Amino acid sequence: MEEHNETKIALVTGGSRGIGRECVIELSAAGYQCAFSYSSDVDGANETIKLASEASDAGLSPLAIKSDVSSPESVDELFSEIENKLGIVSILVNNAGITRDTLLMRMKDEQFNDVIQTNLTGAFYTMRRASRNMMKNRWGRIINISSVNAYVGPVGQANYAAAKAGIIGMTKSVAREFASRNITANAIAPGVIETAMVGETPEEWRETMLSTIPLARFGQPNEIAHLVVFLASQNASYITGTVIPIDGGVGMGN
Amino acid sequence: MQREEIFTTIKDLAVELLGVDAEKVNDEARFKEDLDADSLDIVEFVMGMEEKFDVELPESEVEGVATVGQAVDLVSSKVS
Repeated sequence: MEEHNETKIALVTGGSRGIGRECVIELSAAGYQCAFSYSSDVDGANETIKLASEASDAGLSPLAIKSDVSSPESVDELFSEIENKLGIVSILVNNAGITRDTLLMRMKDEQFNDVIQTNLTGAFYTMRRASRNMMKNRWGRIINISSVNAYVGPVGQANYAAAKAGIIGMTKSVAREFASRNITANAIAPGVIETAMVGETPEEWRETMLSTIPLARFGQPNEIAHLVVFLASQNASYITGTVIPIDGGVGMGN
Repeated sequence: MQREEIFTTIKDLAVELLGVDAEKVNDEARFKEDLDADSLDIVEFVMGMEEKFDVELPESEVEGVATVGQAVDLVSSKVS
């Protein structure tokens, strides 16, 4: 653990399960004080708190806050509560996301808009809210969870692919805008990761997917979280504006 | 609010946010050239003014502001 870690506060959006939960656990294990948002799953949030507290050597317990990242007011309240209880957020992990899969011809306005609003606009709201204090501190880490689906463009995910591709462009603009203030912004593009979301898919689909993965298995959520921890660290100080795939070799770097 | 009062508040803000000496901040001082402010500094400064004076300064009106004096005038036109 590096010496800077102790006082830094990390916020992970969507921390009640999957990749978000693992990020909270691994960041806690790395010595950061974590906060995370969740949309509705109280049991999941409590489980994250329990696991992260156990993982933290310092016994730091993460702060869980029910929040809707698709609402700017809710995002403002989220940050205000963290600032009041813990302090200023130095590390922001935009992970919260939803899917509303269906073919374009059948996609309703709200199925498109909800996914854009939560997965893309939500990240805009949190970055805008976090950036001012990061600027004042002359230090910040923004880590946005994109997806290989931004490149692949899977059937039935026009909304999700658009949002995740949007994350990549937005991350690059933000990286450039804040570079002079020692604030880095990077995106991670996970492939198929074994989460509840993937567990609900048909067996046949999973077998087809597996056959395309050189490492011949799905990724684990903590394999994303480990990169999040590295990107959050001082050691990653010269990395900004990049998109890093973690996909078992599916895209071979793309 | 008197113009002088607004100027003093803006001067303090410039010292705080731009890290310049107070005596360099006068009506004629240009943010970019004289006070070494980059685009992010200026955004921070505008947001700082909005907070201090509880006004809204739309992008379109801020665009023409190059000097401290112009900033004071803009704020003066907004506060009663």
